[in-house]
Parts: sequence; C-alpha cells; structure tokens
Amino acid sequence: MGRVKTIARRSFLIGSAAIAGGVAFGTYLYKREGENPLLADLKPGETALNPYVKIDAQGITLITPRADVGQGAWSMQAHMIAEELDIDPATATLSPGPASAIYYNGVVGAEGLPIAATSDTLLARTGRDAVDVAGKLMGLHITGGSSTVPDMYDRLRMAGAVARETLIRAAMKQTGLPRDQLRTENGCVVLPDGLRIEYLDMAVAAADIEPVQDVTLRDPSQWRYLTKPQKRTDMVAKSTGTLTYGIDMMMDGMVYATTRTNPALGGGLIGFDAEAAQGMRGVRSVLPITGGVAVVADNTWRAFQAAQAVECDWGPSPYIGNTDEQFDAVANSMTDDHQDSRFKDEGDVVAALDGADVIEVEYRIPYLAHAPLEPMSVVVKMSQSRLDIWTGTQIPRFVQANMAKLTGMDAGNIHVHVLMSGGSFGRRLEDDYIAQAVEIAMQLPDTPIKMIWQREEDFSHDFPRPLAMAHAKGAVKSGALDAFDLSIAAPSVAESSLARLGQPAIGPDVAIVAGAWDQPFAIPNYRVTGYRTPAMVPISSWRSVGASGNGFLHESFMDELCHAAGVDPLAERLRLCWHDPSRKVLEAVGEMSDWGSDLGPNRGCGLAFTLAFGVPVAEVVEVLSTDDGIRIDKVFVAADVGRVLDPVNFEAQVQGGVIFGLGHAMNCELTYRDGVPEQDNFHAYEGMRLYQTPQITVRGLENGNKIRGIGEPAVPPAAPALANAIFAATGQRIRELPLSKSIDFI
Amino acid sequence: MKLTVNGKTYDVDVEDDMPLLWVLRDELGITGPKYGCGIAQCGACTVHEDGVAVRSCQLAASDVVGEITTIEGLGTPNALHAVQEAWIDLQVAQCGYCQAGQIMQAASFLDLNSEPTDDQIDAAMSGNLCRCGSYLRIREAVKTAATKLRAV
Ligand code: FES
Ligand code: FES
Repeated sequence: MGRVKTIARRSFLIGSAAIAGGVAFGTYLYKREGENPLLADLKPGETALNPYVKIDAQGITLITPRADVGQGAWSMQAHMIAEELDIDPATATLSPGPASAIYYNGVVGAEGLPIAATSDTLLARTGRDAVDVAGKLMGLHITGGSSTVPDMYDRLRMAGAVARETLIRAAMKQTGLPRDQLRTENGCVVLPDGLRIEYLDMAVAAADIEPVQDVTLRDPSQWRYLTKPQKRTDMVAKSTGTLTYGIDMMMDGMVYATTRTNPALGGGLIGFDAEAAQGMRGVRSVLPITGGVAVVADNTWRAFQAAQAVECDWGPSPYIGNTDEQFDAVANSMTDDHQDSRFKDEGDVVAALDGADVIEVEYRIPYLAHAPLEPMSVVVKMSQSRLDIWTGTQIPRFVQANMAKLTGMDAGNIHVHVLMSGGSFGRRLEDDYIAQAVEIAMQLPDTPIKMIWQREEDFSHDFPRPLAMAHAKGAVKSGALDAFDLSIAAPSVAESSLARLGQPAIGPDVAIVAGAWDQPFAIPNYRVTGYRTPAMVPISSWRSVGASGNGFLHESFMDELCHAAGVDPLAERLRLCWHDPSRKVLEAVGEMSDWGSDLGPNRGCGLAFTLAFGVPVAEVVEVLSTDDGIRIDKVFVAADVGRVLDPVNFEAQVQGGVIFGLGHAMNCELTYRDGVPEQDNFHAYEGMRLYQTPQITVRGLENGNKIRGIGEPAVPPAAPALANAIFAATGQRIRELPLSKSIDFI
Repeated sequence: MKLTVNGKTYDVDVEDDMPLLWVLRDELGITGPKYGCGIAQCGACTVHEDGVAVRSCQLAASDVVGEITTIEGLGTPNALHAVQEAWIDLQVAQCGYCQAGQIMQAASFLDLNSEPTDDQIDAAMSGNLCRCGSYLRIREAVKTAATKLRAV
C-alpha cells in the first residue's frame, strides 16, 4: 500500500516559470503539484519517476505526449528526454501517455495573440506568459502550431534530468557512495571502480527515493543526440509494415464499420431505406447516426459496399453552396462593418496612395482539403463502465471531454489511446469521426468497432483551409517601395474550430492576417487589414494555418511592387528588413541560389519570404518554361529555428513542407456545388508527384534567440516563390491559386 | 478460394470481386498494405503478384493467379530487404503511411531494372502518392537500393 502513496507524493508538475523564462540550460526547481497520470496504471515492479519516465526491470518507457503526425514528434521528444536521462533512445519504449492536463501545451495559444514573434517587449512577454498559464489551467493537451519543440525543449530535458538524478540517489543509497563519485552512462550508473549498475535494476529502489528537486541541465556542448543527425525511432517499423496506425488496430471480436453522412455539408438526413444494404453479405446492421448512417459488417469493403447501397434522403445544406457565391461572400465582406483587425498600420497609407500611380490588384486562394493519406479511422470499444478509443489524434483531452458529453460517461472512464497518425496536416485537430464511431458503439456495446471512412467520405467531410481574397494597393517612389496596403478577407478558422471544441473565440482572428501583418519589413507606409467573412462551410487549421495562404497574398504583391519599382526583389527586401535573423535567411538563400545570375532563356527565379510560427523562411524557386508547361527545377530554402535539433529530420520537414506548398499551389482546390465538395478523391486533388519534384536544397540557420518548430513554416513561401518564378520566366503574373487554372505544368 | 501470401497458403471464403487489399487486411489480418484511395491513384496498397507490383485495391480476389508478397513478406526488422535498408539508411518515412506501397513499388521496379536512370525512377514511382512530400528521399533511396542490390 505504502508504495503507491509514496510515489503519489512525489508527483510533480514542471513549473511554468522555468519554461516561460526560456533559458536554454541551468538549474531548475521543480514544483510539486498536479497528479502524475502514470500512477493510475502502474503495474507491480514499475516506477514512474515523473510524468515522462517509467521504468521497470524489463525496460524504460518514455512518454511523448505530443502527437506524431509524421513530423517525427515522438522520436524528437524521446531524444530530448534521453539526452538528459543518459540512455540510447533506441532502447526505450515510447508511449504517448494518457490524455492528461499535465501534458498541457503552454506555447500553442500564442499563435492566437496579435503579438509579432519578433517582438520581445514586456507586453509581448506578458502575453506569452498568460498563454502558458491559460494552457496549464485549461489542461490544453494538444499538438499543433509547430509548438512541440519550443514547448517541450526545456520540459522534457528536465524530466530526463530529474529521472537521472533520482536513479543516482537510489544508487547512492545502495552503494553508500556520495553523489560526486557517481556518474551515468548509457542506461547505467557508473561507480568509481568502473562497476555499472543498470537503471533497470534500480527500478524498485528508485520508487522509495525522495524526488530530486534541483537539476542542472547539460550544456549543449555535452550533447550526444541533440543537434546531431538522429535516427528516428519509427523508421524500421515504417519501412517494414509493422507499425500499427489507427486503421490497423485489431481486436478479438472486432467488427468493421463505415459511415455515410450528407455530402451537402450540414444538410442532415431526412430518412433512409436500408433494405438492400441490410441483405448484403456480411452486413450486421445499418444504424442511424447524426446526419447519416453507419454500416457495421464483418469486413471493411463489405461495409463500404453496403453504405453505398443505403438509399438516403438528404436535406439541403444550410451553407452558401457554390464556390462562385462563396467568393462573392468573401468579396462582399471587405467592408468597414466586417473589419476584424488592423494590426499593422505604419506611416500613412491613404496619404501615400493619394495622387500616386497606384498599383491595384486582387488575389484569390481556394479552399483546400487536408487529405492525409490515412483516411479518418478509429477503433472504439464501449462497455457500461468504460470507453476505449484508439486513433491518431492531436487533441486527446478534448476527445475525452467531448465523448463524455456524448455518452454521459465520466471523462475519467474514457481512455484515449493515441496511435501514430498516417498524416494529419491539421485534420486530426477534429474529433467528428471519433464521435461517429462512439455513436455506433453506443448502439453496439461491448463490441470492438473499427470505423474507416472511404476516401470519398474523407474528402467531402473535411473541414478545409478557408478560401480568401486580397485586395492590394501599392505605390513605388524613386525606385523603392513606398506604400503597401493589403486587405485580406476570409472566414474565421478560430470561430469555426473553437466552437466545435466548446471554446469561445474572443477578439479578432489573427489567422486571417497571419504571415502578412507580422512581416519584418520597414515599408514607409504599410498597412494590413483583416476582414471577417461571415461563417460558411465549417473550416479548420491546415498546415501553417493563416500563413498558408497569406504568404502567397503578401509575397506576390511584394514581388509586383518590386518589379514596378524596378528594383531587385531580394535587394529591396534586404533593404527593408529590420529583423536580423530574417535578413540572414534572405542573404543565405540569395547566396545558395546564386541569385541574379544569368539563367538563360525561358528560365526564371522567384523569391518569397514568410515569417510564421516565429521562423523566418526564405525560398527561391527556379522554373523552366517549356512547350509542355512549367517545370520546377530547383528550390533553395533557408530557415532559422534558433537551434536545429536534428539536421536530418529538419531537412525532411522543410522539403516536405515545400513539396506540400508547391503541390497544392500547382493543382489543388476544393470547390463546392450545392454544398457538396466537387473533389472527392486524389484524381481530382493530386498535389505533387515524384516526377515533378525539384531538387530542394535546405540550410538551417541558428541566429534566432528562441528555439522553434519546423513542421509548418516552410509551407507559406512555396506558392508565392513559384508564382514569382513563373512571372520571371514567362512575364505572366498569376494572382489566383491553384496556378493550374492559368498555366500548365509538366 | 486459395491464396498464397508471403509463402503461406490460405483458404478464404470471399466474394469474387472483393479487392485483394481487403482480403489481406480484414480476412487475413495482414495490415502492411494500406488503403489510401481505393481507385488506383495513391499506391499505398501496392503488393507483389509473382514479384510484380500490383495495386491490391484494384485486383479482385478471384483474379489473383500468382503468389502474393506484402511488405511483411519482403523483409522483416531482423532480416531487411535491400530496399528497406536503403529506406532506413536515408530516413525516408515521415508519417510512413505511403511507404509500404513505395517500397513494394521500388522493389519490383529494381527487379526489372537494376541500373535505372533518374527519369526511369521518376516514371516508375510517380503513381505512388506521398502526402508528406518525402519524394526526394524516395528517389535517393531507390538509387541506393539499386547499388546495394547490384552488389549482392
Ligand atoms: S488504395 Fe490502391 S492505389 Fe490507393
Ligand atoms: S510519408 Fe506520409 S504519405 Fe508518405
């Protein structure tokens, strides 16, 4: 008995002060507050040294609570802990841990504040601290906004250090030796005579040790894993088909389900006839769920077939249902009464444009689907007293709370088992598919149910990246940019997605102007205004969120004005840039691409820069214009995350982000007819394929004063750099995405 | 009907037109081959029929004539195929969901063409979609695997 209690008293929550302080290394004091959620499930012989490290005689388990959606978050979190714990991360078991307030995200909320990442004023710091406190109070166990590294960098290294020091204390007790005679190495405490005591052999002894309060984090010069090329812990499983994604979970007695809800979003189900479906082979039942039907069968394909055979009477969508009307609504919202923000207003734009030779243009960007390659899927099992959910999700605690509401169960009886996601790009910040499976489970208790969406269902029931329009006015004076007035109108992602999470969206939505209002350029007269289009179809965060489209709007116009002024787009940005790390990525990309060199006929280079999620990224795209269309030959990228923790994965994330950005800019859009998305599978939403993929050269810079994540920031500059390159090669200025509406690609 | 998968023969009782993908995944519990699109657009479901890459979402169970190999049969964590080795060496996977299909496609292609050019690699691998954008490493890994295979 005494044991569990002893451990419970030792539980701790890492103080927010240390994290908000942002010091890279030093001595920290741990606060004892909050329950360690690992204690609830400890098996005999297991010890939870803190919420991130569990140990027994068989091995060490590292808890990696930020979701892995392909960005390598599990492996990176494990490396952070392992660095201080002094183990080889490859020898540990990784677990995402349970849904718990202790795993709150103290950083992600800052993206919602109108504070530029480049700002370090007292107000800015206070705002960020408030976000940390709010994240903690709300127990915001959430992954997103490229926040895993900045949020976890100190916290996980501290957890590793605390665990290490606790194990050393156990060894001190066992050997009678003082602290300064002991050191650790590769999973062992090493005695002065060279004798090694394995951590595993001290699992039980460590449970009785009073927790270590003071830990000193290692100086980066001593690191063995961080900043070195890492071997991601998931590579072998992912290369041998042995990794279990949500879609792969199997359980005894499991049945297979799929759902079909109204493709005209929000239209609901008036009635259905399941007779034909019911009689099909393997079909167990056809059940009503919110907005549609579910088919339960003994095989996924049979469920798919039967779902198509259900005759459904759908209601009409309550939303503006056609894409041309949706764009009209966006255009009509650029009025004073829809003004949402004007975070950037420098100089006097109105006066500067008055009487000037005004360049006035309009840009459009479309709705985009997330379409991760693993379609939405989940395994659920519900009994009287307990609901278990296995799936890839970025929001385990919201899932717990929302499913508690849906079922009337106590949240404590709902267990969310987070699995590796086959991609997300923001899609798994939603739990609609989980709610559907739980609705089935409520009608089929005590039966494990695997629910998989058909790809068509996945496309038609996405919460897309919103469309947007920009109205841009500018003027140049004596060969330089003088006035830059960008008005962006779009529906609000915060309003739409926070409502689904049961959270209020207060104040202006920064996402409408993110990646545009906060750029580090000193244009004399510079204004960015956001207009909020009244809600249409439900929308959500998509890799790099607001900046994903605003990069195109801002940087296309920047290029247009540079050409109008007759100045080199790189030289002019460098002249205007007041933020040192941003200047350096611009300089780097200029040097990497040999900017300004003679490319020969039909070739062109385009430059774009976006500072998003605190990461300045500059990209140069080089294209060749051929009779068969545009060929993208080369891309150069320089990005500054403060410190590159794994150069191998850093390069992969940047390259992936560029390919994601280019592919969607080339040929992807989600359009609607009568409320139904018209693109329902990859034939109509292709993105980039290997034969179109250019060389992408990446350089990571480390001049920024804070550590940042790289999952998203490489996306925004890709589209404008491509469009600007097409202009350079062909003279054709394209102001609407996807570019394939205006030009062919090879 | 009888199916041979990864050297083992199974007797399955399914409709003639059930795609092989769902026989493998739901009847036999072999989940390496993935469902991505169901319409031959993504390649996540790629397996080998007598060593040749096929899209298992498009192959009806009754049309299977040869022996089927899935990623699980190509190599295992303790006995990797050269293509898998190259994939691990070059740290190709991001979310990894497409990679079983990519690897099966690459292995079959290299079997037919041991000294491929870049253009041939691009042509052979372009039916396999990667939403995460791991294409550059896929291209490199195919080349590395080709070298490894030639050395065998
Ligand atoms: S699932 Fe077969 S090609 Fe996509
Ligand atoms: S690695 Fe995610 S789809 Fe290819």
